[in-house]
Amino acid sequence: MSDSFKKNAKILVFSTEKISDPAIDMAGLLKLHYPPTVYTITVPCSSGIKPSWIIHAYEKGFDGVFIAADGTDCIFGESCTEKTGNIVAITHEKMKEKEIDPARLRMAALCSVCSEAFVKQMRSFNDYLIKTIHSNNN
Amino acid sequence: MKERLGVYICHCGGNISDYVDVEKVRAAIEHEKGVVLAKTTMFACSDTNQTDMVQDIHEHNLDGVIVASCSPKLHLTTFRNVTERGDLNKYTYVHANIREQASWAHSDDKLGATEKAIRLVKAAIAKSRYADPLFPNQFEAEKNIAVIGGGIAGMKAALSLAEKKSNVILIEKENRLGGHTAEWGSLFMTDEKGFELTARIENDLRKYNNVTILTGAEVIDTKGSIGNFELKIRRRPQNDGDPMEIVELHVGSIVVATGYDHYLPKQGEYGFGTSETIITLPEFKQQVDKATGKSLEFKGKKINNIAYIYCVGSRQNEGENTYCSRFCCTSAIHTAIEVKKKFKGMQNIHLTRGIRTYGKQELLYAESLQMGDLYLQFDENNLPEIRSEGKKTVVTVKDILSARKEMEMEVDLVVLVTGMVPRPDQSIGTMLKLPKGRDRFFNEIHMKLRPVETVIDGVTIAGTCQGPKNISESVNSALSAATKSFSYISKGTLETEPIIAEIDQDACSWCDKCSNACPFDAIDQIEMGGRTVASVNPMVCKGCGMCAPVCPVDAINLIGYTSEEMMSMIDALA
Ligand SMILES: Cc1cc2nc3c(=O)[nH]c(=O)nc-3n(C[C@H](O)[C@H](O)[C@H](O)COP(=O)(O)OP(=O)(O)OC[C@H]3O[C@@H](n4cnc5c(N)ncnc54)[C@H](O)[C@@H]3O)c2cc1C
Ligand code: SF4
Ligand code: SF4
Repeated sequence: MSDSFKKNAKILVFSTEKISDPAIDMAGLLKLHYPPTVYTITVPCSSGIKPSWIIHAYEKGFDGVFIAADGTDCIFGESCTEKTGNIVAITHEKMKEKEIDPARLRMAALCSVCSEAFVKQMRSFNDYLIKTIHSNNN
Repeated sequence: MKERLGVYICHCGGNISDYVDVEKVRAAIEHEKGVVLAKTTMFACSDTNQTDMVQDIHEHNLDGVIVASCSPKLHLTTFRNVTERGDLNKYTYVHANIREQASWAHSDDKLGATEKAIRLVKAAIAKSRYADPLFPNQFEAEKNIAVIGGGIAGMKAALSLAEKKSNVILIEKENRLGGHTAEWGSLFMTDEKGFELTARIENDLRKYNNVTILTGAEVIDTKGSIGNFELKIRRRPQNDGDPMEIVELHVGSIVVATGYDHYLPKQGEYGFGTSETIITLPEFKQQVDKATGKSLEFKGKKINNIAYIYCVGSRQNEGENTYCSRFCCTSAIHTAIEVKKKFKGMQNIHLTRGIRTYGKQELLYAESLQMGDLYLQFDENNLPEIRSEGKKTVVTVKDILSARKEMEMEVDLVVLVTGMVPRPDQSIGTMLKLPKGRDRFFNEIHMKLRPVETVIDGVTIAGTCQGPKNISESVNSALSAATKSFSYISKGTLETEPIIAEIDQDACSWCDKCSNACPFDAIDQIEMGGRTVASVNPMVCKGCGMCAPVCPVDAINLIGYTSEEMMSMIDALA
């Protein structure tokens, strides 16, 4: 395993095909680096993410899950923001029941050109997870 | 469940393989369950590889195909079509993005990029095992096309669309068409003047009944997506006393051609703003176009000696303007030739960073040398200096063509050869969510393969809003943007992805949560075997998936994004 895999947190990102995934692609195009332990799964809309998928990710060893939400830009309409918020709230409850730190789930709205914002989010989330989880494990 | 998968891992020339060890990726996945073929390829999108893939599908009796290459925004459709040519349903194709999200994003960490790529391909394989054949739905598309920006690019795009018998609405924020081209008199490489050229095209446009020209008009709101965009436009009063007009338009696709701005030097940059004898190329060009008489005068002063300083606001060492503005070497030389042809006793001294009069424009450079213009060259670390001595303007430069000898010249006028920058008002980009590149101009999907398309389906870009271009380059891109925008809607119908929600009606006991969550009213209540259950109307469902997480008994899955698929991808990534 490479050094970066040992020292960085493992983060699962849910991105959206039309809005936030293009921003993540553009971060690559602009060679804005973030840890290679960040993986993206793309869905049509952030309000279609099931809490059970997020819980499954923690159970399988992901340190953090990040929802790159559509926000008000969602092509399926403005109710997306509230619905994605509800999914996060329900998942937080489930995480508490399973004694998983709710701060291991983050959400931010990313538009199709928010590459720098994405990279900043990943770096700060990675720092947080390394501090809390990796240091607890040591 | 698929059992005979073929996996292709692309070098992308070196874009991927310079950072990701593609052979290692191949070795890591070739024994994954269901994989019967695993290959690396130099360019997965090349015709040869596409032909090989079709052959492989038949020879190896594949039931699923995965390509690990660039972003799906570029080549998902390409490989879906290849799959279809191999007689498989195109929706069984699965794509892994190991360029934008592995090799480029982690070009600072080759081992890390390779390990990530292995997991991304494994996740794609996991998804592929479940990818079922699907069949698309069709919907009617608006036949109108909006062109935003009425410079040379927008006008030519509109004209080309009009010739294709499409209804075109040309939206220009100023009160006249023509953009910057209409500001110029003589142009390089043609005998027609800038304002004559734009007037001729405008005249042609006005002959078409299917063209609506809205000047003094700006888009203030956009909604919808390909096939059905809604634009709200604010139009300034066209006659005194008229009210401000709000126009609402429904269009199927959009060409954005909002152009560029002249780079304005900062106060003090090469003495700009400190002396009347230091001006920019656009200002100088207009003076020369206008000037009559035997001699050139500027602010009442006779001009004989002119120094041109190149690459002002372009090719900068750092900051945003590291690009070459392309038109300016040629334009400066062309203007300098005009000066000599029009007036007597003129001397031109060009202080360049190396001349870039590419293609046929080189003839102008040759002509200028023959006419006796002087060329000196500086590098970015030793910029020319300008000082005023009384009424005199003195320029010094270390000429790298003569062993960095310091040259000093007294001139009557300094012309700063300024480049192109993006327009400061980028609101149209913000509304349509158009990505920008590092240079802050709007970004195409692929510089070589999809040069006028953007990641926003149905929106193309034309002319200098995409980056510096001369007129013929702007027109070239405008013609291809028009063709692309037309092709989106020319059939009158568009296919929607067959990604829709599916309800397990045995598990459903109708609680109406899903139908409340659906923003499109796509879920109905039906009777089935004596029970009330939910049912999805496939023609109305847009495939957002909003209904799936709210079902208390987890009876809803979005096709292509089922819990089984998602969990198996998470397992592969973990
Ligand atoms: C000094 C100089 C000399 C040149 N000489 C030559 C030459 O001789 N030959 C040559 O080939 N090229 C020349 N060029 C380059 C040429 O000017 C450009 O290639 C050309 O103008 C680009 O056209 P465009 O339509 O892309 O952009 P623009 O000319 O910038 O037109 C864009 C139009 O969009 C409008 N617009 C902007 N935003 C909006 C909005 N939000 N809504 C609606 N409308 C909007 C603008 O008002 C404008 O009318 C010269 C450039 C300079 C600076
Ligand atoms: S075209 Fe010439 S003047 Fe303009 S930026 Fe390029 S090299 Fe410099
Ligand atoms: S996927 Fe979206 S559009 Fe389709 S039924 Fe569910 S909520 Fe409605």
